[in-house]
Order: sequence, then C-alpha cells, then structure tokens
Amino acid sequence: MRESIINFAYLISAIFFIFGIKGLTHPRTAVKGNLRGAIGMFIAIVVTLFNQHIISYEMIIIGIVIGGTIGAIFAVRVQMTGMPEMVALFNGFGGIASLLVAGAALIEAVSNNASHLQMLVATVASGIIGSVTFWGSLVAWAKLQGVMTGNAILLPGRHFINILLVAAAVVVGVMVVMNPSDFHYYWIIVAIASVLGIMAVIPIGGADMPVVISLLNSYSGLAAAATGFVLSNNSLIITGSLVGASGIILTMIMCKAMNRSLAHVLFGVLEAAEGSATADEVYAGKVTSTSGEEIAMLFDGAQRVVIVPGYGMAVSQAQHAVRDLANLLESKDINVEYAVHPVAGRMPGHMNVLLAEANVPYEKLIEMDTINPTMEQCDVAIVVGANDVVNPVARTDPNSPIAGMPIIDVDKARTVVVVKRSLSPGFAGIPNPLFAADNALMFFNDGKQAFVDMIEAIKENE
Amino acid sequence: MEAFVIALTIFVLAIFVGFEIITKVPPTLHTPLMSGSNAISGITIIGALISAGTKLTLLTTILGVAAVAFATINVVGGFLVTHRMLKMFKRD
Repeated sequence: MRESIINFAYLISAIFFIFGIKGLTHPRTAVKGNLRGAIGMFIAIVVTLFNQHIISYEMIIIGIVIGGTIGAIFAVRVQMTGMPEMVALFNGFGGIASLLVAGAALIEAVSNNASHLQMLVATVASGIIGSVTFWGSLVAWAKLQGVMTGNAILLPGRHFINILLVAAAVVVGVMVVMNPSDFHYYWIIVAIASVLGIMAVIPIGGADMPVVISLLNSYSGLAAAATGFVLSNNSLIITGSLVGASGIILTMIMCKAMNRSLAHVLFGVLEAAEGSATADEVYAGKVTSTSGEEIAMLFDGAQRVVIVPGYGMAVSQAQHAVRDLANLLESKDINVEYAVHPVAGRMPGHMNVLLAEANVPYEKLIEMDTINPTMEQCDVAIVVGANDVVNPVARTDPNSPIAGMPIIDVDKARTVVVVKRSLSPGFAGIPNPLFAADNALMFFNDGKQAFVDMIEAIKENE
Repeated sequence: MEAFVIALTIFVLAIFVGFEIITKVPPTLHTPLMSGSNAISGITIIGALISAGTKLTLLTTILGVAAVAFATINVVGGFLVTHRMLKMFKRD
C-alpha cells in the first residue's frame, strides 16, 4: 500500500515535470514552467524519504546540505558570461549521479540476490552513458573555461581508438551481466567509458560547443532514464526521457543552424576545400579600416542600425558597452535592433542571455530568418566578434566548409562595420570576403573598447 | 521480462511526449530550457536517497551520499539559476 502511494506521487511529479518543460518552451509561461518543475522535484524527494528501505537520514542530510550549498552558491554567483561553463558542468553532475546510483544499486542487488537481466543490462548502460556524460562535460567545461585549448585536438587514429573503447566496454559489459557478483567489472566499464567521454569531446572545437552541450544535456537525461531501468522506477524513466528528448531537439536546432549533420559535428573535420581563395587573395589591398570618429559620422544620417553579436562579444564582455551605444543611438531617434544567429556563442541562446543581462529588451533581439529579408533597409550593421555566421561564402561557394550554412546577411546593409581584433579567420578557418567588401569598414579593436570609442566620438560630435 | 517490456513502453512513450510538448523553442529560451531540464535530470536523486539511507554497506552508503550531493547541486543550482535568468528576461 505504501509503495502504491509513493508510486502515485511519482506519477504526479512526472506530470509536473511534463508541464514544467512545456512551460519552459514559451516566453510567457517559462517562469511558471520552471516553478512547476521545482514542485515536481519537491514532491518526488519528499515521498522518497518515506521509502521503507531508508533506515537512517543523517547521510541523506549530509549529502543534501553539501549539494544544496554548492548548487545555491553556483546559482547565485555565476555571471551570465559564465553560463556555458555552468551548464556544461551541471550536465556532467547529472551523469555522475546516475552512474553512482547504478553502481550502488548493483551492489545492493547482488547482496540481496535480486539481480536480473534487465537490471544488469541497464546498469551497464547507465555506467557507460553516465561516465561519457561526466567526462565529456568536464572536457567541454575545460575548453570553455580556457583550462585547455578550445581548438579541436585531433589524435591520430582516434576513430580506431574509439571503436576499441566501445568494443572493450561491451565485452566488460557482458562480463558484468554474466558475473554480477564481481561488481568491480562495473568500475572497469566506468573507467573505459570515461576515456571514451574524453576522446569524444576533445576533437570538437569551440564553435561547435552549442551542439556538444545540447547533446550532453540529452545524455544526462538518458543516463537518468537508464538508472530508472536499473531501479525499475518509472519516475526516473519518464523524467529522464523528457530531458533526453529536450536535449535532442536543441541539438537538432543547432545542427540545422550550421547546415551540418550531427555525425559531421561529432566525427568530421572542417577543412577548406582545395582551390579556395587564400587570405591574401581575398584581403590584399581591399580592406578599409576605420575609427570611432568615422563611425560616429556614419550614424549621423542613419535611421536603422543592426548589431550582430558573436562569441567575441562574450570574450571581451562588451554587452554593456553595446547596450550603452544602443541607448545613445535610440536617444537620437535611430532604430537599433540585434540580429542573433542561433549558433553565435558557445551554447544555445548564449547571446540572448548576455544581452538580457545588459538589460536589452528581448523584443529587440531578432531571429535570423526574420531580420534577413530586411537587411537591405539597414543603414549601418555592426558586427561584433562574429565571423563565420556572417561570411557570405556560405551562400556563394559550394565547396566551402560552411557552404549552405544560413548566415545573417549583413553584406546587404548599406554599410557594415566589423569590430574585430585582426583579420584572423573564424572557427571554419577560411577568409571572409565580407571584410574586403566595398561597403565594409574594419574597426580593429577589442570589442568593448570599440564601443566605448564609438560612444565617446558620438558625444564629442554633439 | 514482462516488467522490462512495461518499462520500455513507458520509456518510448515518454520520449514521444517529450518531442510533442517541445514544439518551437524561441532562441531566448534555449539556455533556460537547458538549465531547467538540467535541474529536472537531477531526478536521479530519488535513487540516490534510497542508496544513501539504506546503509547496506559502507561502499553503497558512500556512493549514495556522493550521488545525493551531485544530484542536489543539479536540482538546487539548476532551478535557481533558471529562475534568475528568466527574471532577467521578464524585467522588460
């Protein structure tokens, strides 16, 4: 009877999670959706504490106090510029929690002589997915944090090594299923899958991080679902698969925004095709550089300005200076909008979060498909720290590594100002003919400093 | 075996529910959806609580407590940071 009541409560919490996630997908209901999720979690935790197997609470309290304190500190302290790192880390924590629970459940089942095929297979799955999620997320975090290089690290023979690792994990997995009482085999699987998780993420470069973070988000849900199979707990299965589905949807949105398949992001290498133009051919003698004063004069006759942010805005923490310039222009009756590419930055929605932090109203952030048809009516487009997502080669050269990637059509604006430190290529490693276009001016500067200069120049002109 | 088929049914149906309810996510909500679903994937905590509270062996208790701590970071940190972010969006 007690068990039925607990399971009924789990069903209610699952319903809260479903409405919670649904709410999170619409701006008007998002806050409520998040609260519903929290209520669902509260119900699930409280009824679990009535489980008859629980005989002591002190260890539980210790774990909750430690985790709760760390979680709350993270949540309150994190800067919006640090959100990609935090999300990456939290994906990993979900993965390791699942693999630890599966490990403990294996030991319990063996000592109670209660292990069975479904449980053992699920334990292996949970160990593999959980370790890949944890270590993959740690590598993603290290790349975002700058602890290790953000570039792709391509080990020779990496595909072969990965196949060996997967094969080894499967072999040891079979041994777990055949000999559950030797549960140290489980930890061997965890070790193998940990290496696999590291191997899976190190070849992925910084600009592909939005895809990887979404995918690891999905894995953290699938790890929870696998643990649900271990414990025969429907609440874990339902909730884990919801998160898994949500992560996969985001992954697909990100891949589509780059016109690349998931397999290509994970295993492929971006290479410039033979015969593509070199940087010298594209730029020589054609690049015009500019200054804050010149740009200030451009604004004099302008009616509509579009700002296109990229990862460089996040790096130089320019979002507040960008907002200040926008406010100043708006005070002169110039219409300012922001064009946000879906994969600009290092995680889905990165630019939106940064600009929201700087108090930019979100109706001013315009999606790529909406703003592109209106770019011809734009007097000045300012690109800050973006490169590949505004490279017109994506439209014109079918052999380019970014061929077919949807871009923001800044080249159609009357004048384009590109704020960038140098002419160095973006992640795709190819030159950008936009920088040499007749209507383009390069403002070689740090992102934040460039906007400060523009603001000062405008004020001096007054 | 029968229990497995039931569990698998629930799993497959829940994935379909997930795909159906998440229709079009506006870019503004991509990050909050991720951090919010992150918090929800902390549901593993209910397995962790049982392992930590059963006190079967020292090892299972340690594994359980560590899992409780990690999952609680996810739950508490995830819901709080999502709330913080969404409030920022709403202010306008």
